[in-house]
Amino acid sequence: MSSKRKPKGNGKPRIGVFKFASCDGCQLSLLDAEDELLSVLGAVDIAYFPEASRTMLPGPYDIGFVEGSITTHHDAERIQEVRRKCKMLITLGACATAGGVQALRNWKDVDEFIRVVYATPQFISTLKLSTPIAEHVPVDFELRGCPINKYQLIELITATLAGRKPNIPTYSVCIECKRRGNVCIDVARGIACLGPVTQAGCGALCPSFDRGCFGCFGPMESPNTASLTEQFRILGRTDDQISRAFRNFNAWAWQFRRASEECKRT
Amino acid sequence: MTGRGTRTIKVDTLARVEGEGALFIKMAGDRVADVKLKIYEPPRMFEAFLRGRHFLEAPDITARICGICPIAYQMSAVHAIERALGVRIDPAVRLLRRLFYCGEWIESHALHIYLLHAPDFLGYQDVIEMAKDHGALVEKALRLKKTGNRLVQVLGGREIHPISAVVGGFHKVPTKAQLLDLRDDLNWALEMSLETVRWTSTLQFPDFEQDYEFVALRHADEYPLNEGRLVSNHGLDIDAAEYEDRFVELHVKHSNALHSVVRGRGSYLVGPLARFNLNFEKLPEIARKAAADAALRPPVKNLFRSIAVRAVELVFACAEALRIISEYEPPASPRVETPNRRGVGQAITEAPRGILYHRYAVDENGLIVAAKIVPPTSQNQRRIEDDLREYAAHLAAWPIEEATWKCEQAVRCYDPCISCATHSLKVVIERD
Repeated sequence: MSSKRKPKGNGKPRIGVFKFASCDGCQLSLLDAEDELLSVLGAVDIAYFPEASRTMLPGPYDIGFVEGSITTHHDAERIQEVRRKCKMLITLGACATAGGVQALRNWKDVDEFIRVVYATPQFISTLKLSTPIAEHVPVDFELRGCPINKYQLIELITATLAGRKPNIPTYSVCIECKRRGNVCIDVARGIACLGPVTQAGCGALCPSFDRGCFGCFGPMESPNTASLTEQFRILGRTDDQISRAFRNFNAWAWQFRRASEECKRT
Repeated sequence: MTGRGTRTIKVDTLARVEGEGALFIKMAGDRVADVKLKIYEPPRMFEAFLRGRHFLEAPDITARICGICPIAYQMSAVHAIERALGVRIDPAVRLLRRLFYCGEWIESHALHIYLLHAPDFLGYQDVIEMAKDHGALVEKALRLKKTGNRLVQVLGGREIHPISAVVGGFHKVPTKAQLLDLRDDLNWALEMSLETVRWTSTLQFPDFEQDYEFVALRHADEYPLNEGRLVSNHGLDIDAAEYEDRFVELHVKHSNALHSVVRGRGSYLVGPLARFNLNFEKLPEIARKAAADAALRPPVKNLFRSIAVRAVELVFACAEALRIISEYEPPASPRVETPNRRGVGQAITEAPRGILYHRYAVDENGLIVAAKIVPPTSQNQRRIEDDLREYAAHLAAWPIEEATWKCEQAVRCYDPCISCATHSLKVVIERD
């Protein structure tokens, strides 16, 4: 056995990292895991990761990580090709799991949007909706967050390599606040907070910085959005404000989508 | 290989840049027939969906344009909106915002110098290969990067898309003790930055000097981050409010990013080289001395030396962070009131890769009625193509694989951020 890294047949899983419409932040989370980066990279065979390497080897890949949402015809075809090449497909972040911030276009007239930004709209090819990866192909695991939490990413990679289920909680941000010993900013100070309906993962960052949660990790496992909408009304929020609160980086996740539409109807 | 006939240099997916693009260069003999930096990263249309949002939401929404420089977006947004509202911030908040930006510069510059650009100079495909031969260096580089990230974490809660910046100030400001905790790491990072200047100055730089129009902020008594007039070596000297009178964005068919040019002149360069050349005397003594020892004197006109200039800016960012921490006293209140008011405001700040322009118009309910964002990579895009037109001609006799790598390296000198530019890189050299 040779100690040198070989492109194939060295027993390490081959990894591909693929980008669609996104800000690059979730891929960067791996490079931001400075203490773990070299050991993680040592445990796998990076076959395709353009943000980090010129080496771009063809599939198949054991694990494919996908960042970004589907917003063009070309990308709708490309994700099919990526899925065919990956034994396991894992999506990273709010764009890939819920359409991302660019899904705010889904309630608007896309052609009018393009005319606002681009002088020659006929050069631009785009779909009417920004959609998550799972609307196009089967996904094996969805890691939430805008951005993802790098420790959850390391846990996910470690668990996947060990063949066990990753320990990624699906309860709400409220649990993280309790654990940190935060006083509830909604109850005590009347600050509108999406924490009760948002999945944990950030460590209750915003309430710890004296501001309301704005939903980076998307809907928790059983979100009571109707009750939270009522609470926001009690705090004096208008229907427009409540609708906007649900429409951020996970606006197209169905629970938030429905809540953002219902508060305007009632 | 004599380079006669037509050849194509083609890179379908440009590596080690943020976002997705391609480079296409067509050569007819020694002449470059066509250069296209194609940005195919899908358009995300932030300007359009910012309309109808409240101004308080703009820093968090625009941060999502770029995971590498979210603080730049937050800073341009808060300053533009504060101007629209006629709000003045606390001087301690002003200092904290500089400190916040220093954190992003340290993280971003360390990432680019060591993880994205150094492998080109040393002949590795990536930092993973490079780490096998230069393990100790890569470990120190990661520690340097981490120091920047820690600073951002303390002020903003997390490295990517931090959550504390707000129009009027911060949601919460750190205590003096929290900042003093960072001092040892920053002192180490300052030494490592000096070592980085020495190390980058030993690299081999191609002989490639161009007559650039350098564009950067200039402030009366500081190296620019959040404030200053926009100046150039060709006589430009304007306020942010005049930006759109002097610069125009062109939409070209091969790119989803708009090309920005100086009205009536053409391409220009933003980023570390421009800042260094226009603000050298504002660098702290320790950074000026490090630059002089590395034979870096303004004007530096060789694009490839931008890696060394970026290292000098690391020295600045660490020294500036240490200065601010020693002077810091928390503000009386983390933020000033920002009542809704109709207005229009513009701001330019210095993202790690160059100037970032924002303009917002808000109505009497605080809702955004118009937004315009011009990221650094849009501003550099035309200049990158101009450089490649010159540089590819120098490489006419080179084997195609090496010529392609060299052209990629040239593009990476700009630290392009394509996710930004499409609010969106790939290399193709064609030779007959």
